[in-house]
Amino acid sequence: MTNLTVRLRRRLKPGRGWVIAVPLLWLTLFFLLPFGIVLKISLSEAAISIPPYGPIFDYANETLNVIVTFSNYLFLTTDTLYVSAYWGSVKIALLATVLCLALGYPMAYAMARAPARWQLVLLLLVMLPSWTSFLIRVYAWMGILSNNGLVNNLLLWAGWIDSPIRMLNTNFAVILGIVYAYLPFMVLPLYANLTRLDGSLLEAAADLGSRKFNTFLKVTLPLSKGGIIAGSMLVFIPAVGEYVIPELLGGPNTVMIGKVLWEEFFHNRDWPVASALAMVMLAILIVPIALFHRYQSRELEE
Amino acid sequence: MRKPSFTTLMLIAGLLFLYLPMVILVVYSFNSSRLVTVWAGFSGRWYLELLRDRQILAAVWTSLRIAFFSASMAVCLGTLAAFVMVRFARFRGKTALSSMVTAPLVMPEVITGLSLLLLFVHMAQLVGWPADRGMVTIWIAHTTFCSAYVAVVVASRLREVDLSLEEAALDLGAPPVRTFFQITLPVIAPALAAGWLLAFTLSLDDLVIASFVSGPGATTLPMVVFSSVRMGVSPKINALATLIILAVSLATFIAWYLMRRSEARRRQAMLQDMTAGR
Repeated sequence: MTNLTVRLRRRLKPGRGWVIAVPLLWLTLFFLLPFGIVLKISLSEAAISIPPYGPIFDYANETLNVIVTFSNYLFLTTDTLYVSAYWGSVKIALLATVLCLALGYPMAYAMARAPARWQLVLLLLVMLPSWTSFLIRVYAWMGILSNNGLVNNLLLWAGWIDSPIRMLNTNFAVILGIVYAYLPFMVLPLYANLTRLDGSLLEAAADLGSRKFNTFLKVTLPLSKGGIIAGSMLVFIPAVGEYVIPELLGGPNTVMIGKVLWEEFFHNRDWPVASALAMVMLAILIVPIALFHRYQSRELEE
Repeated sequence: MRKPSFTTLMLIAGLLFLYLPMVILVVYSFNSSRLVTVWAGFSGRWYLELLRDRQILAAVWTSLRIAFFSASMAVCLGTLAAFVMVRFARFRGKTALSSMVTAPLVMPEVITGLSLLLLFVHMAQLVGWPADRGMVTIWIAHTTFCSAYVAVVVASRLREVDLSLEEAALDLGAPPVRTFFQITLPVIAPALAAGWLLAFTLSLDDLVIASFVSGPGATTLPMVVFSSVRMGVSPKINALATLIILAVSLATFIAWYLMRRSEARRRQAMLQDMTAGR
């Protein structure tokens, strides 16, 4: 940290409480506090009322009763649907993340090595799809993968297959959809990381007789660890809770937790079980989120 | 010609992978057949039907208003949060603030949506507000997750700003607030614009969170598109997609042009400095 920053920070001391308070209060009220409420409702009993859950604090006969039940969490373990949904989500998200990395890393590498005047154009080209509509980009694959869709028609026309292959409403379509939708978020942090890579290190390695691939393994890859972690977490964490992609591209065999939670909430109107599902998902994701946070705060503060 | 390297080939393949589905989407929006997959001749009828669809037009207007107000509020909150994280020394709650800024970037939408809805239901029971859910609750939800994105964009710019300018202003007796508005703000203005645009597109695009926190009164564009897409492919949605892709491409092109021009100006100024013997 430079001297200047330290001096500046001292100058900004008076009155800074107000500046801190506004974003801190907003985010505490609308981001942190809601998790406490989800926890509370996950410990309450479902009830036929509006809203559809029973009270936790009950004030009757001048005594305060606290009614806490773990039945919602127990319920999650009794029905195999929930366990297999968690497991399925993690598996699909993991596979999609690995594929994203395998495609995204060489892309980011080529972008970082491209001539300077090309880099901005390439970056905009990679990011542009993510600024259009997520929903519509998933929808695009419905027309391509369906039984009378483009791919099947092409294959039939070429005479390679006799009857359409079922591609839409499979796990394959879900993984493809996740890779497609999240690829820009993998490339962006990798590119940011790889452009900062000190070229003289690669030169030094080459001068010392290291082969290109060896240099990549021993120098480039370890130095881009931060970008790999950030990109992977930006894909993996939202993909675990993904609802739209399994709903539109998935089939009866696709059980993902985001979709189960949605149905529990909107169709069964069982808010306590939906809350318990969210809490367990959060518990599964807390380590990846912490990993992402460590990388991101280093990016923000240093 | 030099043989292109493996990574260059992967970059080309990746870009094709990203753009081919979108090209196909656009091409079939001009198909006269209702079946999206069979080509039956060129036609613009789906665009006309789209413009006649009152439900979609009303949803577009709702979404645009929510996105405008969410992006504007998110820029205010996100900039404050970024300023606090980059410029202020450690204080109690700084870790909490920075976690609450980075966590929304990756938090699965179903969790954010559910938790905010439960918050609004609780608030309605305790303080009687919000009495019914709709545009205001969507605005609060969108502002919250968008301000995290704005904070990240603005913070990365704030770190690059030359601190001596702010120091000089403070030395000359300008109060911190004035220094912020007259020195810091103009320098980070491009990042604010980028953050606003990003927040605007994120808000326009959100389906899951809005579905949780919305009420019967407010139907956003993604909700209408989703309920139509669930029934299967429809060329009207292709036409809508084409218009969205066109708008985003135009905005990106303008942004690229402006960035290139300011880059060229900076390079020219640098050249002049160098030739002046500095």
